[in-house]
Amino acid sequence: MTRLTRVITPESAEITLPDVDMSARLAGVTLPNPVMTASGCAGYGRELDQFFDITALGAVVTKSIMLQPRSGRPTPRMAETPGGMLNSIGLQGPGIEEFVDRDLRWLEERGARVVVSIAGGSADEYVRLAQRLRHSSAVTAIEVNISCPNVENRGLVFACDPVASSVVVEGVRRNSAPGTPVFAKLSPDVTDIVAIARACVDAGADGLSMINTLLGVVIDTETMRPHLGGVTGGLSGPAIRPVAVRAVWQVHQALPDIPIIGMGGIRTGADAFEFILAGASAVEVGTTVFNDPSAPLRVAYELQRLLGTRGFASLDDAVGHAHRSADQPT
Amino acid sequence: MTPVQTRGEVLSMRRVGQYHQLTLVAPGVAEQVRPGHFVAIAVGGETSAHLLRRAFSVYRTQDRGVYGGTVDIVFAEHGAGTRWLSHVRQHDVVDVVGPLGKPFALPKEPVTCTMVGGGYGSAPLFTLAEQLRERGCRVDFVLGAATESRLFGVLEAKRMSQSVAVTTEDGSLGDRGRVTDVLPGLLERTGADVVYACGPMGMLSAVADVAARFGAHSQCAVEEAMACGIGVCMTCVLPVVGDDGVTRMVRSCVDGPVFRGDRVRWSDVGTVPADTWGAPVSEGGH
Ligand SMILES: Cc1cc2nc3c(=O)[nH]c(=O)nc-3n(C[C@H](O)[C@H](O)[C@H](O)COP(=O)(O)OP(=O)(O)OC[C@H]3O[C@@H](n4cnc5c(N)ncnc54)[C@H](O)[C@@H]3O)c2cc1C
Ligand SMILES: Cc1cc2nc3c(=O)[nH]c(=O)nc-3n(C[C@H](O)[C@H](O)[C@H](O)COP(=O)(O)O)c2cc1C
Ligand code: FES
Repeated sequence: MTRLTRVITPESAEITLPDVDMSARLAGVTLPNPVMTASGCAGYGRELDQFFDITALGAVVTKSIMLQPRSGRPTPRMAETPGGMLNSIGLQGPGIEEFVDRDLRWLEERGARVVVSIAGGSADEYVRLAQRLRHSSAVTAIEVNISCPNVENRGLVFACDPVASSVVVEGVRRNSAPGTPVFAKLSPDVTDIVAIARACVDAGADGLSMINTLLGVVIDTETMRPHLGGVTGGLSGPAIRPVAVRAVWQVHQALPDIPIIGMGGIRTGADAFEFILAGASAVEVGTTVFNDPSAPLRVAYELQRLLGTRGFASLDDAVGHAHRSADQPT
Repeated sequence: MTPVQTRGEVLSMRRVGQYHQLTLVAPGVAEQVRPGHFVAIAVGGETSAHLLRRAFSVYRTQDRGVYGGTVDIVFAEHGAGTRWLSHVRQHDVVDVVGPLGKPFALPKEPVTCTMVGGGYGSAPLFTLAEQLRERGCRVDFVLGAATESRLFGVLEAKRMSQSVAVTTEDGSLGDRGRVTDVLPGLLERTGADVVYACGPMGMLSAVADVAARFGAHSQCAVEEAMACGIGVCMTCVLPVVGDDGVTRMVRSCVDGPVFRGDRVRWSDVGTVPADTWGAPVSEGGH
């Protein structure tokens, strides 16, 4: 039946994997496998490369980069919560110039595929980021983090407003290289995620990433004040997985031809498989990296094994498989 | 140094005052450890709802032949994670990542050194003291804690130093008070060139201040809440002045935990000072 491939795991134990075509097709680009790091949970790849070969991933998704250097929010910046955590980093980063010259260059020399996540405070900022990346050969795709406050509209988060989202996405699409897919990253903190998804797709998004963190607050019962320096933070980790799978499910149902990158609480290959079955063509592993630095590669292997066990010859065949009609057996 | 992730067997677990001392077989980690390095331990087992690793300074390492290298940590029960860890027993398996962080800088010359440890913060100072002595340095200790059972390593300090001063806030052992009550006198007497310190942030801030007043260089190992411990999440930052005089929010897990005491903006920890690289220009700014 299925042929087995030998691979070396991060623990340098040899394991055998079933022969499943793991290629992930994302709006014109094909990745060797569907597992990536989630933005903000892998830095710019260098640290994780100490634990496993980052070139073996589908891609490295970099921490959202802004035009200017950014100090981020005051500490404490995190609180552990049941099955997850709250973070309020505030997009600390070196700014696009240093990122391109140092971090993106390193990733390219290392031979990793790179999805660059960009973030801005105004539509114009996103456009300028896209322009700066347009001629870089290192960029496999762009992920637009629209979960940022729009300084030109009383700090309302772009991702919560279909019009603001589409203005940003349209600007990034128009200013990016034609062959570079643009993925809009959606926030779950909206009444109707399908409406935002549609607005992004109509504005030219080649695909959608979902979900970003959910807004939360933790109150310290000793000090009797909010625990985080920034008061509110983003909830992530296994605790949010069903919310994320629901978002992927709804959007895939409404827009079956749009590639989706799914994320939110993926810890195992089975978790990743849930997202694939719900309609994602690829996945990202975020918070779990803090628990297990080599998790992204482990998840890729576990997913491949599970696809083989369930009798899939390719990843593609499993995408959205949970949506099949009741009279369709497997 | 390249950190590794490994599942190590617990060789022993014992109580020391109010602390626990855990000896873990951690080949690949132990051999690379230098004084000041820390390890990050996953708590609660494989399906744990506590996802974040807990950071602990390495107390000492040992080569145990057939077992491979072992790593010792000393820890206090604080919350759910350390409570879980206090229940591990011999032969249990613990998932550990290390060594992590930047270790203490060692002087090239045989200078005079003072070690200041607060509570379990003394743990990384003993192997450091050994290495300093091997270099011909004079070593004195100041150990402080709230109470006697929260002191760690007083006898050990006596074995490897010129003098040991002990302070407890309740006076149960040594002088009643804080380490910084006795530190000025010691620095005065010994003319110490370097002060090495590990303990709570408030203590480090005060120690760095005293060291600066006496013209001593200080090396402080800080304790900031960490989510990843490996440099990918940006939670563990504090304002530190760089060689270029510019303040940046610096990751204490990879650029620390050991910092020059005169470079940390102690009174601004927990804030982003307005002159920090990349600080918001105005409220709601970029
Ligand atoms: C570099 C470094 C070295 C350390 N060395 C030691 C040591 O040698 N012995 C020792 O007993 N403790 C040490 N600590 C503190 C230790 O990491 C915390 O006590 C522990 O993480 C608390 O976990 P918990 O589950 O018991 O508490 P909880 O309050 O349940 O922890 C919740 C979360 O907050 C984080 N957290 C809470 N308190 C601290 C803290 N003080 N420092 C860092 N993270 C915290 C935890 O990692 C966890 O993610 C060190 C911390 C750092 C950063
Ligand atoms: C510490 C931290 C930092 C993050 N930073 C970013 C970021 O810069 N840009 C972004 O689009 N998402 C960011 N995220 C969100 C993740 O990319 C991801 O969407 C979310 O955490 C859900 O996935 P997870 O549960 O696997 O972590 C961050 C998450 C965490 C925990
Ligand atoms: S703890 Fe994640 S960067 Fe330091």
